[in-house]
Amino acid sequence: MSQIEEVNVDQFKHLVSERALTGETMLLNMGPQHPSTHGVLRLLLELDGEIVVNCIPDIGFLHTGIEKNMEAKTYQKAEVMTDRLDYMNTMGNNLSYIMAVEKLVDLDVPPRAQALRVILVELQRIASHLVWLGTSGLDLGAMSMFLYCFREREQILDIFELVSGQRMMTTYIRPGGVWRDVPVEFEKAVRDFIKIFPKRIDEYESLLTKNPLFVDRMVDIGYLSKETALSYGVTGPVLRASGVNWDLRKARPYMGYEQYDFNVPTRTEGDTYARYVVRIDELRESLKIVEQALNKLPMGLVHSQNRKFVPPPRSEIGTSMEALIHHFKLWTEGFPAPKNSVYSAIESPRGELGMYLEGDGGPKPHRIHLRTPSFDNLGVIPEIVKGHLVADLVAILASIDIVLGDIDR
Amino acid sequence: MDKRLEPIVKDIQEKFSATFDEFRDEVHVMVAPEQIVDVLTLLRDEHKFELLSALTASDYFPQVAPRFHVIYQLSSLEKNITLQIRVPVNGSSPKVPTVTRVYKVANWRERELFDMFGIECEGHPDPRRILMPEDTEGHPLRKDFPLGYEEPQFTFNFDEIDLRKPYAKE
Repeated sequence: MSQIEEVNVDQFKHLVSERALTGETMLLNMGPQHPSTHGVLRLLLELDGEIVVNCIPDIGFLHTGIEKNMEAKTYQKAEVMTDRLDYMNTMGNNLSYIMAVEKLVDLDVPPRAQALRVILVELQRIASHLVWLGTSGLDLGAMSMFLYCFREREQILDIFELVSGQRMMTTYIRPGGVWRDVPVEFEKAVRDFIKIFPKRIDEYESLLTKNPLFVDRMVDIGYLSKETALSYGVTGPVLRASGVNWDLRKARPYMGYEQYDFNVPTRTEGDTYARYVVRIDELRESLKIVEQALNKLPMGLVHSQNRKFVPPPRSEIGTSMEALIHHFKLWTEGFPAPKNSVYSAIESPRGELGMYLEGDGGPKPHRIHLRTPSFDNLGVIPEIVKGHLVADLVAILASIDIVLGDIDR
Repeated sequence: MDKRLEPIVKDIQEKFSATFDEFRDEVHVMVAPEQIVDVLTLLRDEHKFELLSALTASDYFPQVAPRFHVIYQLSSLEKNITLQIRVPVNGSSPKVPTVTRVYKVANWRERELFDMFGIECEGHPDPRRILMPEDTEGHPLRKDFPLGYEEPQFTFNFDEIDLRKPYAKE
């Protein structure tokens, strides 16, 4: 057995107040095994009674070296690693990575594939927000929310299983398009979801939005100002709840987001309740996008015809020598990418999910950096929890909506 | 190049004698390590780059001078433009000045930079490792750091492999 070591104050001398050195305040570990840290996150708290004086997050428990592993794989094979990154947003991770690859090698995407990507990524956003709503309800004592949210999330995961064969680790979005066209049942499954979901959001809201127990725990808790948020690199719903209208889907439209009519919910309060309201509104906006994209889903091919990057269909391999060579070369060697770098970002449910991708002329990336939103969003926690109760820290942490797989990579 | 970016790049070029290149409509500006704090302060205050989107590095081992490029990806929300600043760093004692005074997000990102590449950020307020354990040797994202693997154990060689597996034992 390894020895259990006491927390050494000297190591954190520059991070805690002087009162901790004299023993006036207490140092206490919250996590790594704690249900409301949403994963394996350790928070070292300096407490004065029940008031948080300082909070020192300790991350890295889920660090699996995804960036290093991706550098050792070809561009196609590296994609499966992105699923494991932020496991609440697998479609979004795929999209962000594939967009970077497509930008690096300059590959076209047919309109049908673009629309399918939009539908799936927005469904994923809804699923991710549902997990957030369920778990933050759980943290604040609204047990039944968890069950209701997971009921609807299940329906979305079923749609993912229908299109990709997998509920969570989808790898459905591929360079130049998507893996294959959606089955005929897809449209009905999504329409069913669109039909029931608005009523379900009303149901959640009737349980929480005006519930005095819930509101009292959230209003004026964890105030985050606009300037602090920007300086700490906070993005996504947390930034929008602080009064900054910044959504990459509107600002730098990708995958044809400019065709769809939707609003970007913003609030100016910057507290935990504002973050809650922004995300609830986003559920409705995402559903609007899904409906519009499904209504005008164009017919046609779902992957690019550029055979240097996209494998030929199975039917061609039996008859065309060239197709066989392309197929063989793509799956043994991979495709080369130019010796240069690109940065491309999408709006994930948590914020700006960016990929810095650098090619070296060969079939493997020279360097890939994942700019994950949770990492920067968690960095602001020490700033906003000061002076709050430990119980409020739980509410604040829930409202930031972190995913530890996203932070530690 | 984007019209909104032209005056900004020109401004940096004149003040810091920087070079730039372009790829797929992205502009990369090269500046020297000792200028980076001034460049970022100028971009934040004069040109409204409020957000430091990403801070990372790229290793060009076995090339020595420069071995690394430290990359600062900036976004301007007001003007809706992005700009990448690259800083070449030598391999012998890789160091860059910290930019935590300009963007607070750099605090954790620079800790990650040190953890993964061993590039020291001079003047950093909290220079600890962030993702790897404190007692790790080496810096994993360097190109000369080997990619590890796990030996699969089967029934016939379970005990044999178990003996040399590097996990904590009773």
